[in-house]
Amino acid sequence: MMAQPLMSELQSSHLTVEQYSQLFTAIESGLPLVAQPYLALAEQIGASEEQVIETIKEWQQQGLIRRFGLVIHHRKLGYVANAMVVWDVANEDIERVAELLSQQKVVTLCYRRPRFLPHWPYNLFCMIHGKNRAQVLAQLDEICRVNKLQTIDKKVLFSYKAYKQRGGRYSNTQLNKSATSTAATTTRNK
Amino acid sequence: MMSYSSVNLDGLSQKLINAYQKGFPVCSRPFLQLAERFNCSEQEVIECLEQLQQQKILSRLGPVLDHKKAGASTLAALAVPAEQLDEIAEIVNKFEQVNHNYAREHDYNLWFVATAADAEGLKQCLTNIHQQTGFEPLVLPMEKAYHIDLGFEINFSDHHGEKL
Repeated sequence: MMAQPLMSELQSSHLTVEQYSQLFTAIESGLPLVAQPYLALAEQIGASEEQVIETIKEWQQQGLIRRFGLVIHHRKLGYVANAMVVWDVANEDIERVAELLSQQKVVTLCYRRPRFLPHWPYNLFCMIHGKNRAQVLAQLDEICRVNKLQTIDKKVLFSYKAYKQRGGRYSNTQLNKSATSTAATTTRNK
Repeated sequence: MMSYSSVNLDGLSQKLINAYQKGFPVCSRPFLQLAERFNCSEQEVIECLEQLQQQKILSRLGPVLDHKKAGASTLAALAVPAEQLDEIAEIVNKFEQVNHNYAREHDYNLWFVATAADAEGLKQCLTNIHQQTGFEPLVLPMEKAYHIDLGFEINFSDHHGEKL
């Protein structure tokens, strides 16, 4: 067991600018799988465990971190049908349609993006993950039927090969070069 | 059946996956907290996660960031002739800024997400991708998020006959 931190360390969660960016870089690659992962990160950047914990909590409160936990490769668990459904929704109707789609249990993500006419008329994107193509298409049909969205022009873009899948890295400096090697999977499904 | 169904997870793995895609504890001994919830030892939780990582089921344990707050990011797509797709995909993969890169069924058949510390870095990356691949990316930045990815419940029951 590690010694308890001093009170003076507990009183301040403020990291230096450098430590702040080092922590950000380190955490992007994931927590080390040790009993005290925040302490391990703290030792990497020369801070206390409390400072690291407080800083991560601040990032969560600020919304910089939108979820914190296990990031899963769904394909490995049989979720090989990954459909990006793109919709060409009238601008005045987009909020309503987006809210309806967002409420669907199988929809994991729903974003508005710009059109690029004439090549790309679609302005609303949602994702559906399923175990096979037929299941996803059936779920989509059901969503359209129940919510009366059949008249909206849409396309279903299934993925058929994953060339790269990992978390985004925003930091300029790479603290853990070794940990950032790309998990390039070339998994054919279908 | 596909090879994926050979991945057979024990009860603890299943519980961890469905309970902690979000809300992982930020405290001194987080794995101990999980262990107490699931009636096992801290070491068992850690070993279980290590195993999931070795099986490449667990990508990582950590944050999923808000793209807008964390920096600049966009979805982009290239329309590539089918016979060149693998080759072009490898060029795109070489960019450190690219994290997701998929082949999808459309004339725009290569879809990737690029992230950078700021808008200027992102623009430069997309310009470089254009130059190195010879294809101009369709750039589709997120304008509004109605629903964000918070993980989703995995149904383990329908191919192993084992329920949580």
